[in-house]
Amino acid sequence: MAVEARKSDFTGKAHVALNDPKLRANFRRAMDGLMTKRAAQFADAEEWTSLRARGAAIRANALAKLPELLELLEANLTRNGIKVHWAETVAEGNAIVLDILQKAGAKTVIKGKSMVSEEMHLNAHLEANGITPVESDLGEYIIQLAGEAPSHIVMPCIHMNKVEIAELFADKIKNLTYTEDVDELCAAARAALRGAFAGADAGISGVNFLVAETGSLVLIENEGNGRLSTTLPPLHIAVTGIEKVIERLEDVAPLLSLLPRSATGQIITTYVNMISSPRKPGEKDGPKEVHLVLLDNGRSRVYSDVQLADTLRCIRCAACMNHCPVYTRVGGHTYTFTYPGPIGKLLSPQLEGLDCAGDQVHASTLCGACAEVCPVQIPIPDLLARLRTEAVHPTSVAVKGGGSARSLADSLGWGGWTAMYSSPLVYKISTRVMGLVGNLMPASLPMLKQWTSVRTKPKFAAKSLHQLARERGFSNE
Amino acid sequence: MPAADRPDSVYFFGTCLIDMFYPEAGLAGMELLRREGLKVVFPQKQTCCGQPARNNGHQDEARAVARLQLDAFPGDWPIVVPSGSCAGMMKTHYPEMFEGTPDHARAVAFSARVFELTQFLVEVLDVKLADKGRPVTITWHPSCHSQREMGVLDQPKALLRQLSNVTLVENPREKECCGFGGSFSVRQPEVSAAMVTDKVNSIEATGATQVVSGDCGCLMNINGAAEKAAKPFTGRHIAEFILERCHGR
Repeated sequence: MAVEARKSDFTGKAHVALNDPKLRANFRRAMDGLMTKRAAQFADAEEWTSLRARGAAIRANALAKLPELLELLEANLTRNGIKVHWAETVAEGNAIVLDILQKAGAKTVIKGKSMVSEEMHLNAHLEANGITPVESDLGEYIIQLAGEAPSHIVMPCIHMNKVEIAELFADKIKNLTYTEDVDELCAAARAALRGAFAGADAGISGVNFLVAETGSLVLIENEGNGRLSTTLPPLHIAVTGIEKVIERLEDVAPLLSLLPRSATGQIITTYVNMISSPRKPGEKDGPKEVHLVLLDNGRSRVYSDVQLADTLRCIRCAACMNHCPVYTRVGGHTYTFTYPGPIGKLLSPQLEGLDCAGDQVHASTLCGACAEVCPVQIPIPDLLARLRTEAVHPTSVAVKGGGSARSLADSLGWGGWTAMYSSPLVYKISTRVMGLVGNLMPASLPMLKQWTSVRTKPKFAAKSLHQLARERGFSNE
Repeated sequence: MPAADRPDSVYFFGTCLIDMFYPEAGLAGMELLRREGLKVVFPQKQTCCGQPARNNGHQDEARAVARLQLDAFPGDWPIVVPSGSCAGMMKTHYPEMFEGTPDHARAVAFSARVFELTQFLVEVLDVKLADKGRPVTITWHPSCHSQREMGVLDQPKALLRQLSNVTLVENPREKECCGFGGSFSVRQPEVSAAMVTDKVNSIEATGATQVVSGDCGCLMNINGAAEKAAKPFTGRHIAEFILERCHGR
């Protein structure tokens, strides 16, 4: 199935989200909780500073050697009996997964959480080809029942509250009496999922880290569903992006110390899975076949730009969105594409193109709350500023849709601005004029109209600081 | 900077926003420096740090404006800026903006001389304030670039705590962006409006009758929203606030 072409409409979707008090309350409460939990984990500033520097160095090192590490990874995975597939596009990735499933005669799939499978719209592709995927992560299970996309990369149903989930379950799960009791709701999901685990012909999962030197897939989770999805069915297919590789096994520990603490405020996840081979002769469990599908989908292009390549350091902890004042107010669905929040504002415009998601690079105050908590030190505001530049003055073929925000009005406006602020004389005249007539501007002017929707008009001072400084005898040199 | 490095003269970069909308805040900043015995130089050639163009993707335009500032402050004196945001632009972004251009060396030297006002008052001048004002309860609003680009968060609070009749109450959400973001406020007006509405509500909840900040961009946003919603507090620039307290008003 062809993936439907989509375009970001941040302003329109934000309007809807901002006018949904329940949604706003759900996000605010959830993000407040996550910020508090994370802060408790990193109360020791010195430990945080050194650990994140180590995390950043590990990821930067892996990216610096990306081509050779991917080759090493493939060699070691192959030696371990794991089959490696390369997918340049989403369509290729979907075709590879479908082909593996069809060759195995699989009709039902149990899925562990995978954002890359969301990026591929894999479930829709499988369903269109007669294969039934069942999401087994509780949050993913909930949004699958609701027919929605994840609104957060770690907590996919964070936009819903208990009552909404209770109503959904009562509607969708057979023979379930309406309950708002969280334990009963979890038990209902568990009962429904047990059958799906036992009957699945194949399991599909994501991957958190790919260890090149050992040929291992590292997968962390809290519900045991990841372990069941990857060990119970006879076939396991892991899908992930090419950037997830790290060089050494010892690199796992610092990243494992950063990721859950940044994400949910947990010291470590309940389950840490290291998958290094299919079932070996004499072993009693584990899948007979393990495949890894490595998706590019624009990552190589991002990688080719030395500055923007920092985007690929991301370990998907979601701390940036948890701390983002914009995300907190508009929620994940406002971002249209798979990855919301600050990291999404970098990924979507680069993967989909600035012509498609360029509005997102401006949906930020550049406040820097994201970069402050990023465990691998991605300079998110600087990269947003870079993408803003590419949107109007393209410098790099690495950026898809560069120059798409160019317009005559924009050029003229900034040309005028530059003429005013780069000439002391023009500036002096302009500020004098604004001091005299600026306050006569009607609030109905385009930019003032938006400003005054919730604010009063700014008042131009009668005399500028330049004038006052002269009058009060402050030296000019 | 050790006390031995206390200069006898400083440059003052007023910022374009203060120049046009809040000149009294700039003047107060200069007075605070002058009353410490410094010669305060205000180059009339100065205009804007260039941040609006940079943040909107117009690097050449930002450099053209920034280059004028490099020209306007030729001496070795510190450049004191009554805005964490403009100071952050000049301190952290000028060196990278001019990389690979003939102006790089002087941009690096320039950025090394940039101080945010409260940072300079505390770290370089170690000022001592005598409060002559009436008792008042205030809260602090740190701008994002002040706290995150300049590392200025404790210095202004240290100054405010020197004022004996001023009760500084913490806003639990003080570190959250007010939603200004320059062009963001008109590119995403509804998101910006939601952010500033939450911000003024959080300030109101502290019970403070004044919110004090070191950045006029935030103040234009917060004051505008507070005035429109008839909130029981007003926003002041820290320079103006401190100077008034010291004069007993």
